[in-house]
Amino acid sequence: MSGGYFDAASAEPLHPAGRSALISALDSAWADPARLYGAARSARLELDRARARVAAVLGVRADEVAFTTSGTQAAHLGILGSLRSRRRVGRHLVVSAVEHSSVLHAAEAHERDGGETTVVGVDETGRVDPAEFAAALRPDTALACLQSANHEVGTLQPVAEAAEACRAAKIPLLVDAAQSIGRTPVPDGWSLLTASAHKWGGPPGVGVLVVRKGTRWRSPMPDDEREGRRVPGFENVPAIVGAAAALEAFAADMSEEAARLSELVTMIRERVPATVPDVQVVGDPVRRLPHLVTFSCLYVEGEALLTELDRLGFAVSSGSSCTADTLRPSHVLEAMGVITHGNVRVSLPRGAEPSAVERFLAVLPDAVARLRAAAGVTGA
Amino acid sequence: MRFRGRSRKDEAPPQDTVPPPPAAPPGATPPLLVIDALGRKCPIPIIMLAERIREIPVGQIIAVLADDPAAHTDIPAWCRMKSQEFVWEETLPQGGWGFHVRRSY
Repeated sequence: MSGGYFDAASAEPLHPAGRSALISALDSAWADPARLYGAARSARLELDRARARVAAVLGVRADEVAFTTSGTQAAHLGILGSLRSRRRVGRHLVVSAVEHSSVLHAAEAHERDGGETTVVGVDETGRVDPAEFAAALRPDTALACLQSANHEVGTLQPVAEAAEACRAAKIPLLVDAAQSIGRTPVPDGWSLLTASAHKWGGPPGVGVLVVRKGTRWRSPMPDDEREGRRVPGFENVPAIVGAAAALEAFAADMSEEAARLSELVTMIRERVPATVPDVQVVGDPVRRLPHLVTFSCLYVEGEALLTELDRLGFAVSSGSSCTADTLRPSHVLEAMGVITHGNVRVSLPRGAEPSAVERFLAVLPDAVARLRAAAGVTGA
Repeated sequence: MRFRGRSRKDEAPPQDTVPPPPAAPPGATPPLLVIDALGRKCPIPIIMLAERIREIPVGQIIAVLADDPAAHTDIPAWCRMKSQEFVWEETLPQGGWGFHVRRSY
């Protein structure tokens, strides 16, 4: 009996289209795209073509797209560069409580630098109240950040409403779209957007920072000529070419595949509480990412459950705290006020087999029961 | 802002995030049973609470002493899930919290 890979939210397996583009670009686009000889011009051409392809999928202009080395770097540059360019307006930043750690760490850096941050809370499903988000905006707000969808529980955020409030207040909105790009359309109206290629089946080491025309932005890093002066360092052109090919193919696949994965997620959302006692499925059941579901099993250590599921051949992730190197529980689950232990995140990659999901659902109840028995839980 | 994310193990639990110690609400019932889960990591405090709440009569209070920051979220969340009544929490002078729960059934 084989298992399954259900951690697409950490890394989507490399898309075949991305893989073949990457491999051929290793031979054709290795040269320095900033130079003037033939091999360099080929690399530049491939880089520009990749930029145009990504821009087309995102529905933006090519010169608004910069490639970074990761989604995290894109978030850091996007946030700190936007704050820097708007220092005269003020030093106030608005973020949601459930942003990715890259956004929250950038906010911490901003505070250490003397800035101020307002954190907007979420409801029990992990969703930001758009009215509360709008109310956090002030005349001295330099930037507001809202993810398109939550990376731990899959809840979609009210980006359109937040963008409308920001537009009315003339405040740029940065959307971390790492979890949704290629899977669900991002509502328009934002000023900056960040994403990460390995979440859509591109190679690791490629992120995207989009800065819309007319949006102020000034690099928080020492000057560098690369990527329109937005991202320092030599571009990984082969990986960028692979990322662009993967995004095009992945987004095309998802026009049908997303609905299929969503049905499998619905099945997990219904089956788990019916077969495992004392379990809570968290996140919005409807306004959610198509491929991701999170649940928490009472009285079980998250790490122990992951280890047990790994032993059975299933790769899943957890926001629980009881792991070797962390003490605090997931800030997302904490902000939602839901159980933080025994947490399992299932995120289905493209092509996930229904039979693999069935097998996972078949082994889960016993895995949980074994761990509860080992912990001396007698049925509360 | 304080990022309520992960911190390294060697850091003390960030107690500064906890609201100032609330006084016992007026007329609060003293706990009939106090269980000590200090130094125990979640889910052990929850397991102890679930096991031992059966030892007190319905309507009485059980207090769980715990210092794993996860308990701060997990005990109120457990009460909501299991329809028990979370009454109040105190901050302990030695660190950690006392969570007061009324058995509702």
